[in-house]
Order: sequence, then structure tokens, then C-alpha cells
Amino acid sequence: MKKLTTYMKRYWFLYLFGFAGMAISIWLDMMSPQITKRIIDDVIVGGQLQLLMRLLLGLLGIGLGRAVFQYIKEFSYDYIGVSVGYHMRKDLFCRLQGMSMDFFDRHNTGEIMTRVKEDVDKVWAVTGFIGILAVEAVTHTVMVLIFMFRLNPLLTLIPLVLLPLIGLCAVRMERGLGEGYDAISEETAELNTVAQECLAGVRTVKAFAKEQYEIEKFNGHNRKFYDLNMRQAGILANYQPVITLIGRVMLLAVVGVGGMFVIRERMTLGDLGAFLEYANNVIWPMEIVGWLSNDIASAFASWKKIKKASSQEPKIVQAKDARPLEDIKGEIRFEHVGFSLDGHEILKDINLTLGPGQTLGIMGMTGAGKSTLVNLLQRFYDVTEGRILLDGVDIRSLPLDQLRSSMAVVMQDVFLFSDTVAENVRTGRKETISREVVEWASERAGASQFISHLGSQYDTVIGERGVGLSGGQKQRISIARAIAKKAPVLILDDATSALDMETERAIQKNLRADSTSTKIIIGHRISAVRNADEIIVLDHNTIAERGTHGELMQKKGRYYRTWCVQYEGGEQECL
Amino acid sequence: MPVNSAREDELMREVSKKDTLLRLYRYLFLYKEKLVKVGALVLVTLAITLVTPLMIERAVDTYVAQSDIAGLARLCAVGLIMFLVLTVCTRGWMRMMADITNQVLLNIRQELYEHIQTLSFHFFDSRPTGKILARVVGDVNSLKDVLSDSVTKLLPDLLTITGVAIIMICKSWQLAMAALLTLPILCIGMFVIQISAHKLWQIHRKKNSNLNAFIHENFSGIRIVQSFAAEQEKEKDFDRCSWEYRQSFVNAVRIGDLFGPLVEITWGVGGFLLYFIGIRIVGAEKIGVGTFLAFSTYLGMFWSPIRNLASFYNKIVTNISAAERIFDILDTPAEITDRDGCKELSCVQGEVNFSHVSFAYTDEPDRLVLEDVSFTVKPGETIALVGPTGAGKTTIVNLISRFYDVCAGQVKIDGQDIRDVSLESLRLQMGVMTQDTFLFTGTVRENICYGRSDATEEEMIAAAKAVHAHSFIMEMEQGYDTKISERSSQLSLGQRQLIAFARTMVSDPRILILDEATSSIDTHTEQLVQAGIEAMLKNRTSFIIAHRLSTIRGADRIFYVDDRKILESGTHDELMAKRGAYYRLYQSQFEL
Repeated sequence: MKKLTTYMKRYWFLYLFGFAGMAISIWLDMMSPQITKRIIDDVIVGGQLQLLMRLLLGLLGIGLGRAVFQYIKEFSYDYIGVSVGYHMRKDLFCRLQGMSMDFFDRHNTGEIMTRVKEDVDKVWAVTGFIGILAVEAVTHTVMVLIFMFRLNPLLTLIPLVLLPLIGLCAVRMERGLGEGYDAISEETAELNTVAQECLAGVRTVKAFAKEQYEIEKFNGHNRKFYDLNMRQAGILANYQPVITLIGRVMLLAVVGVGGMFVIRERMTLGDLGAFLEYANNVIWPMEIVGWLSNDIASAFASWKKIKKASSQEPKIVQAKDARPLEDIKGEIRFEHVGFSLDGHEILKDINLTLGPGQTLGIMGMTGAGKSTLVNLLQRFYDVTEGRILLDGVDIRSLPLDQLRSSMAVVMQDVFLFSDTVAENVRTGRKETISREVVEWASERAGASQFISHLGSQYDTVIGERGVGLSGGQKQRISIARAIAKKAPVLILDDATSALDMETERAIQKNLRADSTSTKIIIGHRISAVRNADEIIVLDHNTIAERGTHGELMQKKGRYYRTWCVQYEGGEQECL
Repeated sequence: MPVNSAREDELMREVSKKDTLLRLYRYLFLYKEKLVKVGALVLVTLAITLVTPLMIERAVDTYVAQSDIAGLARLCAVGLIMFLVLTVCTRGWMRMMADITNQVLLNIRQELYEHIQTLSFHFFDSRPTGKILARVVGDVNSLKDVLSDSVTKLLPDLLTITGVAIIMICKSWQLAMAALLTLPILCIGMFVIQISAHKLWQIHRKKNSNLNAFIHENFSGIRIVQSFAAEQEKEKDFDRCSWEYRQSFVNAVRIGDLFGPLVEITWGVGGFLLYFIGIRIVGAEKIGVGTFLAFSTYLGMFWSPIRNLASFYNKIVTNISAAERIFDILDTPAEITDRDGCKELSCVQGEVNFSHVSFAYTDEPDRLVLEDVSFTVKPGETIALVGPTGAGKTTIVNLISRFYDVCAGQVKIDGQDIRDVSLESLRLQMGVMTQDTFLFTGTVRENICYGRSDATEEEMIAAAKAVHAHSFIMEMEQGYDTKISERSSQLSLGQRQLIAFARTMVSDPRILILDEATSSIDTHTEQLVQAGIEAMLKNRTSFIIAHRLSTIRGADRIFYVDDRKILESGTHDELMAKRGAYYRLYQSQFEL
């Protein structure tokens, strides 16, 4: 993230513009009593009726001018705030989107949402209209002090002594509030996460009739949110009235001391009246010190959170000297690949060679590391031992974009965007994939039939995560999405588990017909992998068996036992 | 089904602003006593604030002018006491009012959340989660200022205005009329501005919700985004959402910011009229210098609360759309509810009966998903549902747990229509494992015991062992106390499924529904799981949806579902002998 001032600098012109609007508006504000005074002194008392029209027009002009300049001020600061927020949000979004998987393992969606949405909104307010209010209050006070000083330097000592006290209160209050807002920002993220989880997992909640439990969980956080907000209100209520009191005491002191000055004839009565009027004018900035510190503290807490989230370095970054390959054929090689996460060994000593256009089948126990293999290949994580080569080049020295674009993955956990079917299929290549390709890919993924039954066919909007579609339908759209990419490497991670056998077979036939792309198929059904050029069976973090379907059947090992269960009705009958 | 995406604005019913506001205030009025106290304290502070200038005037004009030092000192002392009272009162109402507003927000948020829990799947399916979230957290928060200002600002400002107006009229009705002549103009102007400002703020709220939804979705599906190298594309989409959000704000403030200037103009015109009418028409000598002087002060005292009121009004216009969005949800009726006088479903035997059941989703009533389906499942029977994807297998099991209501016919459990029993008692007897395995953030233990928090350690471990999850759980750093996070890569999807399976087993259901519950589990483990739960499944009715025939073969009966009905039913051998749809399906796995 850039510095906050960098975002603000971009609008220096508007800041100036708004500031000018504000200054003129304050100046006009101070002009108006003088005109009133002249109307009374010159026109009513002095009887100079010919002046009346001019003065009245002046009064009207001041009203109009204030309207115009106030509008300029307000609108420019609203405009600046929202624009600064916009740029900041954009940078933050890009930054977070580029984080590597370990970041997302640690941070829930609810938390990320809070940073990008609520926190940015708060900072925006301070760079815009709240900021200007603070500036206005300060400008006003300074101007008034100057006028006071010109009237009577000695008497000005009173506000000069009391103002720092107010400053002190404000600073202490700000500090207290700041701590509270750290906690509030955390709790907002927490509240977001709890609500988000419950909504995302609504089927599970309802299936277990746990609505009440979820409500209580939410209420717990809701209550905590309330407590935190009350704590803030308490701090505000502790300091703000004191600040107000200091302001009023100042007024009294001016009356008392100034009164003595007048009595001792060190000051005229008229000057005291004017001085008091000015003193009255610094009351309002003090009344809003509390609210201002409150908002500023909250914005700073948010800004800290934003910076903290965005300052994390993604673990997976493109090498500086990364050079793109001209043409990717799709040869994949794993050389002594090992991978550990948080001290746990997940894969060890994996060796594989897969020529362009060949197919690799992967089977294995649940949790044996099948999906991890795919994650490594796509560089969601980096290998901790050995290396992975694509077309003979270590994938760590390829541009990330090219590496990932060269592979099309159908993930186990189907995720679709709430968008039209066609747009979902186009993901990643929105500009280049034509409607024909979308339809072609859907056809090959066995999806075109049910898509044609949807309300607006390819333009039907499907819900988030594809709700409203059956599991098998979602899977087929996600297969179409991968096929449409026409990437040199196609990876199907247990991608047909929700499909009935007939559909699965049809899709497999289509995939086999495409001999150009290298394919990696992870599956639990023998039917999914049996035609692969090589099949590996993972067990206990490493390759336990490998070979073609025929070879593995001969071996009578794990693969053969799985075959028995699936085709013969049980291991016992087979062995 | 018509679904709302992150890009589109939501549709909402139109409700009058007055109704929305009154409804909002109803929450506030629950705290009548406290409100009265706040009101009283606010009045005291108001009185002190109004007296202050009079006091100072007196100090200067009387005591200082007459060199009365003792009087000056007395006055200062009185002033000091008054200001101390002011401080205490301000502190009092600030605390109390904060308490009231935060309570109201707490209540609204709670009510909203509770209501959302009762809504049917259709509600959740038809809009992105991020949009619902935006209402629960963001929209509620934005009501804070409206609520608190309604009491602490609205009341004193209105009082000041009326008070000053009365004083003015008493002093000189002609001048008062002249000064107040512009008020109607102000009201009309505000009304006109408000009409378009409100619409623009509504749009802004919707854009806000779109942005929320987009961010939520993007980071939920971050793996797909990165895997498809779609970052730039998403950036562009995000930029559009974010730009629209910005633009809608700029559009709204462009109009909304007119409130302030409008007051300034009417103030200026008011001043103009006051002096013009006073001097030219009525005549200055008739009115007197003192009155004019007083009026110039009153004018200031009159217009600054009006300025405040205008900004308050602006705030209402800005934020009322948030309230509208909240009430919009609260007014969405729950489709599936307990009937009046429904009974508790006592421990069931597990007989499930469908008689002439037809079903269509509410938004597409013409497209039947199931048509005239009838069957009876005996207690303890295991039924496997097979058939092409999208044929209605999941719909059948969803109807059993009453996630949806049938359109025609009846679903009965132990001979009792499930609509006649309470939802909770029904679902507590069911163990449903849905297609998408969802685990909550929390420990493995919390997840497994989700359905029955009173489960003992032994029961939990027994269930985990039965589904073959115990060993990998124990291999994790803290065993059952290991934290699982939303996307954590520490567990594979298969392992997540096993934990969800254990969760279902712990809840000890009478009727078990496994909707592709083992799709991501390897065959070997699946076999172990099946052996493990066999004892637990005894005497329980179960429905299994699966595509792996090895999973299906052992069922007591197999239903082949297609074309909105059950085409074939029978044991594996019977169906194979029939050489129908099931036979073809079975054979297809041997073809290459």
C-alpha cells in the first residue's frame, strides 16, 4: 500500500479548491455582522435611507455567496473522499488478490471483506468531509485568535492557556478511542465472519436444526460489538463534556478578567464586547472536537489494519528474471519433489515424467496428497524439496501468469461465480473466448443439454457457488470452463465424482479425443483413470504403485483391490 | 430460477419513507423511560446554553458598565456552577443515548439475523451471500447517527426554533412575518431536493451491496481466480463495481449537498426581507432600534438550528434506504414454517412414505421437478437413489427433511404428514449429509459435535473411528482440538467429508440421508467406512445418493430416478435382471 498522502496528493487541486471555498465562506460569515451593524447604525439610527438598498443587496449577496462557496466546499470534499477511497480500495483489492494461498489459509473471507469495505470507507471519510471539518475548526480558531490578539494581547492569554488543555484532552481521548477502534475493527471482522459462515453453511445449519445455536453464537458477538461501542461512548462521554466545560470557563474568564480591565480602564467596553463575540466563536469548534477525534481515531485504526493486511508479502512471487516460454508443449516433470506444510510432510520424493499429450492418472487414499500435487504444479505453494519442470524449465523461473494460464484445472470443490453460464465458462479469458467456444466446450463437457433447458440458456444467471444447480451440473460447467481455456495442460481433480457413469463416460470420450493437451486426472473410480498412459497410486505421502492399468492389475496390489471392490462386488471375492 | 448476481441491483418493494421512519422509531420507543431522562437532561443543557448569552450581556452591560466588581464576581460564580451542571448533564445524556442507540442496533441486528435463519433456501439461493451480509452488518451500522440525532439534536433544535419564533412574534409580529416569510420556500425546496436525493441514495446503497457481494465472492473463490489467472479480469470487474459505487455516491451528494446552501440562501433572503419590510414598509421609527438589534441576534439563533435540521434531514434521507433494506428482509415471509398447533415428532421408527408427491420450485411453478411420486420405505431399509445428474434425486431427499414443501401430495414419516410436526423435531431425527461439505471455523471437536453438543468424548471418538477419521485427526498437531479454518489446506476435501460424516453419525439420527457423502473418498476408505457404520446403521432408515456402483450395490432397494419420477425400483439383482435403465447404467462402467 502506498502512503495515505500519496492518495491525497492526487487531488491537491481539489483540496485547494475546497479549501478556498471554505475560506471564502468563513470570511463571508464574518462580513455579515458588519453589514447588519451598518444597517442599524447608518440607516436606522443615522437615517441614510439611500444606503439601504445597497446594504440589503450586500446581505443578499452574502447569503448567495455562502450558498455557492459552501456547496463548493462540501461537494469537493465529498468528491475527494470518495475518490481517494476508490483508488485506495482498488490498490488494496489488487494487493490482496495477489496474495498467495497461505495468506488465504490464515484469513477468512469475512475478515478480508471488512478490510476492503468497512475499513476503506472509514479512511475515506477522514480524507474527505471529516478532514475538512477538522481543518475548518482549526482555521476558524486560529483566525479568531488573531483577531483577539489584535484587540487585546493580554486578554488573549486566557484562550492561549486554555486551548492547550483542550488539545491535551483531545489527544488523550483520541488515544483511548484508538485502542477501542482496533478492537471494534477486529470485532466487525469477526461479526462478518460468523454471519458469513452461517449464511454460507446454511444447508448444514438447517440440516442439524441448529438455527438457535447459530443465533446465540451471533448474538454473543453482537453483544461484544455492543460492549465495545459502549466503551467508546464512555470515553467520549468522559472527555467531551470536559472540553465543553473548558470552552465555557474561558468565556467566563474573559468576562471576569476583561470586566476588571474595563473597570480599571485598561480596555474599552466596546472592545470587550467584540472580544466576547470572538470568544463565542471558538465555542463550536470545541463542541465538535470530540466527534472529530472519534472519527479520526476510527479511521486511523482502520488504516492500520489495512496496512497490516496489505504489508504481508506473498510467499509465491514471480522470479525477477522470469522469462516466458514461447510455446508451451505441456511436458511435465517432477524431480524428487517433496513438500511439507507447518512441519508436516505431505509429499516426499515424487518423480514423474509426463510427455506432451500424455495422460497421468492419480489415485490414492483420502489425504494422501493428490490435490497437493496439483497445488504444487500451479504454484499455489512452492515445493520444499526437488523441483517441478514444465517443458524442461523450473516452474519457479516462469512468469506466474504464464504458468497458470498454461493449465486448466477443474477443482474438486466446485466454485462458480454468480454470473451467467457463459461468463462462468469464459472465466480468465473473457475477451478471447467466443460464444462458439463456450458452446463447444459445454457440449464436450456434457453440459449443453441441461444448459439449453435453463431459463435463458447460456445467459442464465446462476447463483453464487452455483446454487440452484445440482452437484453434477455444477461440475459439468466447471469442466466446460476448463476445456474452454484450451490450455496445454488439463487437470481434473476428482472432477467427475458427482456425475453419473453415463455422463462421465461421454465426457471422458471427448477428452480422450483431444490428444494435444497433457492431462492429469485424479479420481476414485477406476473408470476415470484406467485409460491413462501412467497411473500412480499415492499412499503415505509417496508413490506406492505405478504403471498402466494392465500392469497394475497384474501387480494385484492396491489398484487391483480397488478394482475388485468396484467391479466384482468386494475384495474377498476377488482375492 | 431468477437469481441476483453481484453485478445487478436488487429489486425492492417501494415503501413510503414515513412508514419506514416510524417503524424505525418504534425500536427507539421501547426505551421510553430512558428517552424521557435523556430528553430532560438535553433540555437542561439547552436552557443553560440559551441563558449564557443573556448572562454575558448582563455582565457587560450592567456590572462592567457600572464597575460593580462584586456583582461581576457573583455572576462568574453562578456561571461556573451552571457550566458544571451542564458538564454533568451532557455526560449523562451522552452515555444514556449511546446506550439506547447501541441497544437498538443490537436488537435490530439480532432480529434480522433471527429472521434470516427462518427463511427458506430459496432466499439464500437467489442472492449472493455478500448482499445479505451487507444488510446485517453495514446497513444496520449506518442507522446509528439517525437514531441518536433524532433525540439529542432534533428535539432541542425544534424547541429553539419554536421558542425563538414565539419571542419574535411577541416582539413585533410584522418583523417576525418578514423573517419567517422564506420558511415555506425552504420547506418546498427541501422537499424537492429530498425526492431525487432519496432515490440516488437508494441506488448508492444497492451499489454498496453489489460491491460487498463482489468482494465476498471473489475472495471465496480466490483459488479459481488465481488458477485461471483471472486476476486482471476480476480487477476490471471490481473496478466497475467500485466505480459505480463511487459514482453513485458522487451523484447522491451532488444533490444532497444542496441542503446546506438552500438554508444559506433562505437565510440571506430572510435577512433581506426583514430589513426591507421593517424599514421601507412598516417604517423604522415604528419598530425601534432596540427591536431591530434584538432581531438581528434572533435571526442567527433561528437559522442555525434550521441549518442543523437540514443536515439532520439530509442524514435521514441518506440512511433511510439502509432501514428500507433491513425491513425488506424482515418482511420477507418464511416459506417453511411450523403450522399452528403442530406436534413434536417423537422418536420415529423410520417409515417414510411419499404419496403422489409433485414438486416445482416456487419461482418456476410450471416446471415440475417431481411428478406424482409415490413410494414407501420400511423402517431400517437402505435405499439407494441413482440416475442422471439433475434428475431430482437431491430433491427427493430435500423433501424428506422439509427443506422445501411439496406442491401436491404428502410426505409422511411414521404415517404422520411432516407438515404437521415441528421443523426442529423433524430435523433432529434426520442426519443429512449434503453435497457440499461445509465445516465451520473452529476445532475438529466442535465440528464433529455440532449436531449434539452434549455428546461425550467416547461417542465422538467412536463416530470418528467408525468413519475412519480418527487416525488422521490424531495425526494432526492438536488432535481433536486442531483448529479448522475456512480454506485451510491442512485437510483434503475427502478428509473434510469424513469429518462431516462423523458429525452426522454423532447426531444419532433415526433417518440418515447421504447425498453423495463419500464422493471424494477413495474406495478403500469408503469400504472401511461402510464396515464401520454398519453397526450404527442397523434399524435406521437410510437414503444414499451415489454414483459409484460399489456404494450402491449393497442397498436393500435401488430407485432409478429420471424424468421426474422413479422409473425402476428393486434390488441390484432384480434390476439387473430387468435389463432396463439401471442395467445400462451398470454396464456403462465396463465400456471403454
